[in-house]
Amino acid sequence: MSHWVILPVVLPAILAPFIVLAARYHVGIQRVLSVTGVIALIAITAGLASQASDGTVTLYQLGDWAAPFGIVVVADRLSTMMVLLTAVLSLFVLLYAIGSGWDERGRHFHALYQFQLMGIMGAFLTGDLFNLFVFFEVLLIASYGLMIHAGGNARLRAGVQYVLFNLLGSTLFLFALGAIYAETGTLNMADLAQRVTLIDADATVGIRIASVLLILVFAIKAAVVPLHFWLPSSYAEAPAPVAALFAIMTKVGAYAIIRVYTLVFPPDLAVTEGLHGLWLLPAALISLAIGMVGVLAAKKLDRLVAFAVIGSMGMVMVAIALFSQLGIAAALYYILHSTLAAAALFLITDLVRASRGHLELTTTPPVAGAALTAGLFFVAAIAMTGLPPLSGFVGKLLILDAAFTTPLAIWTWAIILSASLVSVVGFARAGSTVFWKAQSVEPDPEAEPHPAPSALSYAAVGGLVAMLILLTVFAGQVHRYTTTMAEQLFAPDDYISTVLDTPGKLSKPTTEDH
Amino acid sequence: MELLVASAIGILTAAGLYLVLRLRTFPVILGVSLLTYAVNVFLFSSGRLKVGAPPILSDATNYTDPLPQALVLTAIVISFGMTAVVVMIALGSYLGSNDDNVNDPKIETEEPEDLI
Repeated sequence: MSHWVILPVVLPAILAPFIVLAARYHVGIQRVLSVTGVIALIAITAGLASQASDGTVTLYQLGDWAAPFGIVVVADRLSTMMVLLTAVLSLFVLLYAIGSGWDERGRHFHALYQFQLMGIMGAFLTGDLFNLFVFFEVLLIASYGLMIHAGGNARLRAGVQYVLFNLLGSTLFLFALGAIYAETGTLNMADLAQRVTLIDADATVGIRIASVLLILVFAIKAAVVPLHFWLPSSYAEAPAPVAALFAIMTKVGAYAIIRVYTLVFPPDLAVTEGLHGLWLLPAALISLAIGMVGVLAAKKLDRLVAFAVIGSMGMVMVAIALFSQLGIAAALYYILHSTLAAAALFLITDLVRASRGHLELTTTPPVAGAALTAGLFFVAAIAMTGLPPLSGFVGKLLILDAAFTTPLAIWTWAIILSASLVSVVGFARAGSTVFWKAQSVEPDPEAEPHPAPSALSYAAVGGLVAMLILLTVFAGQVHRYTTTMAEQLFAPDDYISTVLDTPGKLSKPTTEDH
Repeated sequence: MELLVASAIGILTAAGLYLVLRLRTFPVILGVSLLTYAVNVFLFSSGRLKVGAPPILSDATNYTDPLPQALVLTAIVISFGMTAVVVMIALGSYLGSNDDNVNDPKIETEEPEDLI
């Protein structure tokens, strides 16, 4: 059995304590270890992705215990793409944290960063709902530390809100898991997929409640309106590299919805029929609208980006809520795009803060490095708002195309298109106020000039923008791949049989001990 | 016993929710703790209520499901750790800004003159 599948979880899990214990007082060594670890993660996850690209589902049984009893890690096309995305994103974010010196403004940044990666990777790879909960907690507890990294009263306040909201989310998750276990007697996703179909049509109350509780938990993670209130403060007050890494955390929620609601509770399942389509699509459309209106209403650049994240998650959820192959394929493409675009925007926001000293949307005199920052903001804003020629436009076209034949097509089209217009206006206003009108203000001769951000910071942001451009250039190939991913998701027999039929310890219970 | 356990979970949840909605950090943290107690008991009962049976296969007729007990153990450890974290962060926030409201503070900004 190949042990490669578990490595994306194990490597950060070993590296993080090592950084704390061995390199506690040496930021230089921490940086080297952290960057090396992330580069190794990219290599490993790229290997896993290429292994899964032909449709094989790789199973890893921890301790060789067989599936419904033991813990399993499963790598299929979707999981491996998400772990690869996480690894690539984390490299650029880490480089930015090093280049801008954020990692030196508090202690244990690199160790927490590795723990955070461990949690995210685990959440993407696990094949068991309770382990999904455990990895959610791992990534959350690391994110609490990262969120209040470098301290400050405003950040601590936002941190309290963030922690409390997520604690409530975790409690809800446990209620959902308890209800599912009481109804089916298993928490392994593949096993669950089989047992849910056996439930009587007139005894579906429990499983319906459990399924709705579960989607609520994932909707909290994905910041779907009206469960989005934790996001703006947390993301705006978090240190910029952390906020950029958090761009993948909302996608963990989206991923969990895709995984559970195609595998365990597929749209054509009788016991949960009509539960999600009824309100998930309207909620997603409202999040899209509220996010983009927030972009227009924001008075500070960091809030503006945070609302853009809500809007883009709304867009992702619109595509997911269609629960069709076309929709999921479009959603997966848009997830790739929106993660990279949101991360780039958070980092650019920090470049602005570094050179201007504040983020209010007011005109200030020209500052060092403004031209390059403005150029990057321009590209990232075009991508985020979905203007041609960048990947946001391609993703939006795919989603519109997927929504074309659905009953709510008119609403979907109208809200997506008008929300995009509103966000274009919002970003254009912010960009012209912050960058363009700077020339019209007389510089204050006595003001202390801020130093320009370092070259490494620009390189990291440039890398993210380059990934966006690559995503646009290779849009055809990427979309073809996400289409095969959606096909695999909607034909889960292979996944289920791989998980349940692979022999291991205890795989064949004898008659007297089952 | 079913009635007792069910009403215990219900009362704990109701009290927890009430406290969470108080919007000051101390009651909210108490409320979250009550909610985690409620969910722990709930997880316990998800393996069916059974008295006097070991969670181990000694003879195949009389045993109780051991999995919920393992789940509860994990959940207790996690919620204990999380509560400790939130107490520390809330204390830091309270000492820093001398205010224990959970909500965002009202933003007192002077309107810039060029906007009026």
